[in-house]
Amino acid sequence: MEYLLSIIIGILEEGLVYAIMALGVYITYKILDFPDLSVDGTFPLGGAITAVLIIAGVPPMVTLFLAFLLGALAGVLTGLIHVKLKVRDLLSGIIMMTALYSLNLRIAGKANVAIFTKETIFDNAFLDRIAPERMKDYVTVVILLVIVVIMKLLLDIYLKTKSGYLLRAVGDNDTLVTSLAKDKGVVKIIGLAIANAFVALAGSIYTQKSGFFEISSGTGTIVIGLASVIIGTNMFKQFTLIKATTAVIFGSIIYKACVALAIALGMAASDLKLITAVLFLVILVISNERKRRVKAND
Amino acid sequence: MIELVNINKYYNPGTVNEMCLFKDFNLNVLDGEFVSVVGSNGSGKTSMLNIICGSIPIDRGTIRIGSEDITMMPEYQRQRRIGRVYQNPSMGTCPTMTILENMSLADNKGMSFNLTRGTNRKRIDSYRESLHSLNLGLEDKLHVPVGSLSGGQRQAMALLMATMTPIEFLILDEHTAALDPKTAELIMQLTDQVVKEKKLTTIMVTHNLRYAVEYGNRLIMMHQGEVVIDKAGDEKKVTEIDSILEKFNEISIECGN
Repeated sequence: MEYLLSIIIGILEEGLVYAIMALGVYITYKILDFPDLSVDGTFPLGGAITAVLIIAGVPPMVTLFLAFLLGALAGVLTGLIHVKLKVRDLLSGIIMMTALYSLNLRIAGKANVAIFTKETIFDNAFLDRIAPERMKDYVTVVILLVIVVIMKLLLDIYLKTKSGYLLRAVGDNDTLVTSLAKDKGVVKIIGLAIANAFVALAGSIYTQKSGFFEISSGTGTIVIGLASVIIGTNMFKQFTLIKATTAVIFGSIIYKACVALAIALGMAASDLKLITAVLFLVILVISNERKRRVKAND
Repeated sequence: MIELVNINKYYNPGTVNEMCLFKDFNLNVLDGEFVSVVGSNGSGKTSMLNIICGSIPIDRGTIRIGSEDITMMPEYQRQRRIGRVYQNPSMGTCPTMTILENMSLADNKGMSFNLTRGTNRKRIDSYRESLHSLNLGLEDKLHVPVGSLSGGQRQAMALLMATMTPIEFLILDEHTAALDPKTAELIMQLTDQVVKEKKLTTIMVTHNLRYAVEYGNRLIMMHQGEVVIDKAGDEKKVTEIDSILEKFNEISIECGN
């Protein structure tokens, strides 16, 4: 029982961290219709800056904001490459992701940076004082839940603003944005900035939770994000009361549960990326299959 | 006033497929004119609209609206004074957004798209009213995504959205061509109504010669990048479909169609 509970807690923790990243991917993939690979670089970007800042003594909460801002900046750059230099969406992301790999190494100084001994948002004197002893195991999940809910609500609210409407319009029908006398390129850049800000924030949280930064932590981020978005939006399609953003969060948790299951069934931890890729493939095939069946019923 | 002065437009310049569409093309559209433009495929009708709106670049010439030279102005900035409805009904609306959200977007044209609430609740009644005037029952479907409406309903909305805010020019690009005859008729009547109500200077490209003759106060026929018929005012009033058709056939025979 104890063992099962710890597995569930683990799944929730991982799922919630990646849910924030998945919300970012939701913005680019579902709203903007822009397959943005730069997230493979912006996730560790958030981690790298966080590790360095925490070692330098910056309060952990502040690093969250800085990671968010830096992610937004990276998103703007991807957008500028795409919009101003007219590079295809997929390639813009690849260029940014590749450049960020070196940049992240520069920021962190080396491929691994440990912050075990430092205070983080999950482990600090304040929490030690207020959290009761028997709740220790749940503190991380609770903090994550709070952050995820806040970020989800902020995104929901943003999508209901005029600027948010325009963002949804540009992915839907960018001709209309031009008709509204707005520069569609600028709208896309804003979308990419918000998306990558979410992803870098997730990277910052991930580093604080695991206690170290690792350069390869970004590999496959886009796959995990896409899988979460597709699982979430497909599974909860029938439930019109559940917002897509909520569905994406559930998608991320379900996805992490599937990975945990694969490992529990005897796969090695080193097979993680393989599991990630195969799971994603399975999800894609299933959702295609369903689409075909729906068409056949028409 | 819309002025096209000595417009030159080549497609595929510098290749063996180089094609000259416009050579020193000139057109003046006066304020308050409703111009119907007809012509065979490839005569340059849609290209002309695209040039006015800035969707395609020109090789030489000047485009002015009012007295302002807009030749170098990007497409999206020109749209501040222009409303445009396309042949494809899905071009004028956002399919995944609801009717209400689409109306709110259109209502905010020309203003800042900032972080205030996307839909102004005080305006909902006014949206209902204008939707009601379409007689399509859309006012009861405010929360339905536009993607689930029929082509005719979407085109009616597109027309409504394009003309919602104060604009000076209306560009209609075969906007009834994808609709069934009855819906096309309805959209044409709505168009005429809104053009008269808002006193819009309008250019309408159409393949329907009857619409071209019946609506508007000036008729232009284009052929190979040139204006071959241009009848305005009283002269247009007495023009009949047959005479237009005759000229049309003449051109077509020349082309070997």
